[in-house]
Amino acid sequence: MAENRIKVLIGKPGLDGHDRGAKVVALALRDAGMEVIYTGLHQTVEQIVRIAIQEAVDVIGLSIMSGAHIPICRKLRELMQAEGIEDMRVVVGGVIPKQDIPKLKAIGLDGVFPGGTPFERIVTEIKRVVNRRPAGA
Amino acid sequence: MGVAKYVKDKQDAIKEVIYQSGIRVKSAYTPQDLEEVGFDYAADLGDPGQYPFTRSLHPQGYRSRAWTTRQYTGFGTPEETNKRFKLMISHGQTGLNVAFDLPTQMGYDSDDAKALGEVGRVGMAVDSLRDFEIAFQDIPLDRIGSGLTINAVATIMLAMYQVVAEKFGYPKAKISATPQNDILKEMIGRGAWIFPVEHAVRLVGDSIEYAVKELPRCNPVSICGYHIRESGANPAQEIACAFEIAKAYMENVIARGMPAEDFVGRFSFNLNVFGNLWEQIAKFRAARKMWAKMLKEEYGVQDKKKLFLRGLFGGGGSGLTKEQPENNIVRGAFYALGAALSGAQTTALCSFDEAYTIPTPRAALLSLRTLELIMEEVGLRDTVDPLAGSYFIETLTKQMETRIQADMKQIQEIGGMVHAVATGFIQRKVSQQAYEYEKGLQTGAYVKVGVNKYRDTSEDQTDVELHEYNEQWVEQQIARLQELRRTRDNRAVARTLQDLEQGTRAGQNVMPLLVDCCRAYATVGEMAGVLRNIFGEWHEPSIF
Repeated sequence: MAENRIKVLIGKPGLDGHDRGAKVVALALRDAGMEVIYTGLHQTVEQIVRIAIQEAVDVIGLSIMSGAHIPICRKLRELMQAEGIEDMRVVVGGVIPKQDIPKLKAIGLDGVFPGGTPFERIVTEIKRVVNRRPAGA
Repeated sequence: MGVAKYVKDKQDAIKEVIYQSGIRVKSAYTPQDLEEVGFDYAADLGDPGQYPFTRSLHPQGYRSRAWTTRQYTGFGTPEETNKRFKLMISHGQTGLNVAFDLPTQMGYDSDDAKALGEVGRVGMAVDSLRDFEIAFQDIPLDRIGSGLTINAVATIMLAMYQVVAEKFGYPKAKISATPQNDILKEMIGRGAWIFPVEHAVRLVGDSIEYAVKELPRCNPVSICGYHIRESGANPAQEIACAFEIAKAYMENVIARGMPAEDFVGRFSFNLNVFGNLWEQIAKFRAARKMWAKMLKEEYGVQDKKKLFLRGLFGGGGSGLTKEQPENNIVRGAFYALGAALSGAQTTALCSFDEAYTIPTPRAALLSLRTLELIMEEVGLRDTVDPLAGSYFIETLTKQMETRIQADMKQIQEIGGMVHAVATGFIQRKVSQQAYEYEKGLQTGAYVKVGVNKYRDTSEDQTDVELHEYNEQWVEQQIARLQELRRTRDNRAVARTLQDLEQGTRAGQNVMPLLVDCCRAYATVGEMAGVLRNIFGEWHEPSIF
C-alpha cells in the first residue's frame, strides 16, 4: 500500500515571534513530501489543539525560542489528553538546553530538536514516530 | 565568517568566491578595478566627516570618541535588571540597551493568561511606572542613554521613560532614549507586532512627531535591518529594507506637514555585523553614503548632521553556534573588528552563550571586554577608516551600493514597504533564503567551523553555565502589580485611559495621552488594551 502523506502542523505557541526556524523547518518538511500547515504567530495552546483536530494532522511540531518550552509542552499534552487526541505525535524544536530533553520526553513528547538539528534527522524522526503510532489511531 | 560560497578545485584551491549579496570576488584588485566601477574620491568618499560620509561621520573618527557600548540587558524583575545595569555601568559600559519580556513587548500585564510562563523570561517585566522606578533607580539618566528594545508598544515605553525621569528630577530636555520602535521589521522578522500595519505606522509617526517637539535628545525610532538579516535577508537586502522602512515612516510624518529636515536627524539604525568581513565593511560604508545622498537629493535635507546614518552596528546572533560555544567568543571578536573597521558609532555583541540562553553575567561581561579591547589594545582608534583606498574595499563598496539600489527599486516597484509587508512579499523571500542558507550549512556548501567542519564528536555540548529563570520573580512581579491596582488612584487611571481612547479615536497624537496614563500608574496591559480595542490586531499574510 502506498504510504500516506504525513500531515504536520507547525505551531508557534506563546508570544515569541522568532519564526525563522519554524518557517525553515516547514519548508524542509514540505520538500520531504509532507503536508505542512503553519499556524502563524502568537497562538495559544488551545488554538493549536483546535487546528490540529480540525486538520486531523499526524504530528504537531512546536517551535519555541523563549525558554518556556516545558510549561507550554506540559499544557499542550494536558489539553490533548482532555480532547482525546493524545495519540497524535508531538515534537518540539527551538532553543532547548540538553538537560531539558529528558524532561520533555517525560511530559510525553515524541521528539526534541534543538537548534541546528539537521533537516534529515527531523524528517527521519517524524516518519519514525508516525509509523510507531498504534493502528487505528 | 563562513558565509560566502567558495568553489574549489580538487587541490582545495579557491576558484570562485561569491558573497551572499551575489557579488563575485576576484583573486586580486588593481587600480583598473576602481576605474571600471567609476570610483571617484570626492564623490564616493570625501574626507572623513565630509559628505557623503562614506569614511566616517566625524573628521576624527574614534580619535575624538570611541564607540558607545550598549550590551542588551534585562531579565526577570526590575530589581534584577537594575542590578545588572549597575554592574555593566561599573564595568565601563556607556549606554543601556533594555530588554523587555514578551508579555511587555506584546502589551499584556504579568498576570494576563497570555503571559503564563513568559514573565521576566527574555527580558524584564514591566507593568507600570512603578517597575521603571525600580529598574532605573540610581541610574544617571542625564548621562546614560537608554535603548529600549520595544516596538508595538514603544509609544507607551517612551512615555513611561519620560515620566520616570521626571520623577527622578531629570527634565525631559536632558534625557536620551532610543526606543526601537520599528514595527515594520517586527512584521518581517522578530514577530512582536500587535496592530494592523497602517495603525502601527501611525503610532511610529506619533512618537517621531512628539519627540521632535518635546524630547530633544531622544531618537524615537531605530530602524532595524538587523532582524531582517537574522531572518534570512542578505546584506544588500538588509540595507535596502531598512531604507525603505525608513522612507515609510518618513512619509507618514511628512504627511503631517513636518519636513524631513525637522525630524530625520533623529533616526538611528540597528544593523548586523554577521557575515563575511569584507562584505559587511563595504555594506556599512555604502549605507552611510547612500543614506546621506538620499536625504539630501530626494528629501532636500540641508543640515549636514541630519544626513548622518547613525546607529548600532553589532550583534551577530545568527553567526553564533550551539556547537563548540567557546568558538563564539572568537567569532564575536571578529564581528567587533568588522564593526570597528566600519566606523560603528555604537555597538553591542551577542554573547557566546546566546545559542543556549539569556547571557550570564560572565558572558555579557566578556562581550563588553571584547569591545573595550578592540578600542583600547588593538589599535582601532589610531586612524579614521583605515581601509579607505583599498582597491578591493572601494570596488566592493561601489558594488554593494549598486546591489542595494536594485533591491530598493524592487520594493518600490511593488508599491513600497508597507505594501511589501502587508502582502507578505518580503517575508516570503526572506524565509526562502533562510531555508537555502540552512540547506547550504547542512550540505557543507557554507563552512561553519565546529558545525559542518572540524566537528568534535566527543564534546559535551552544553558545557556552558546557564542563566537561571527564577519562578519566584514571577510571583513577586504579579504581587507588585496587584498591590498597585489596589493602592493607586483608580479614578485617575480610568480618566486618563478614557482620554486615551477618545484622543486616539479623534486622531490626536497618542504620546501626551500616554504620558498622562503613565503618570497615573495605568498598566501596560490597560494602555495597550485601549489601543487594541480601537485598532484591532494584525493578521499575518500566509506565506506558504
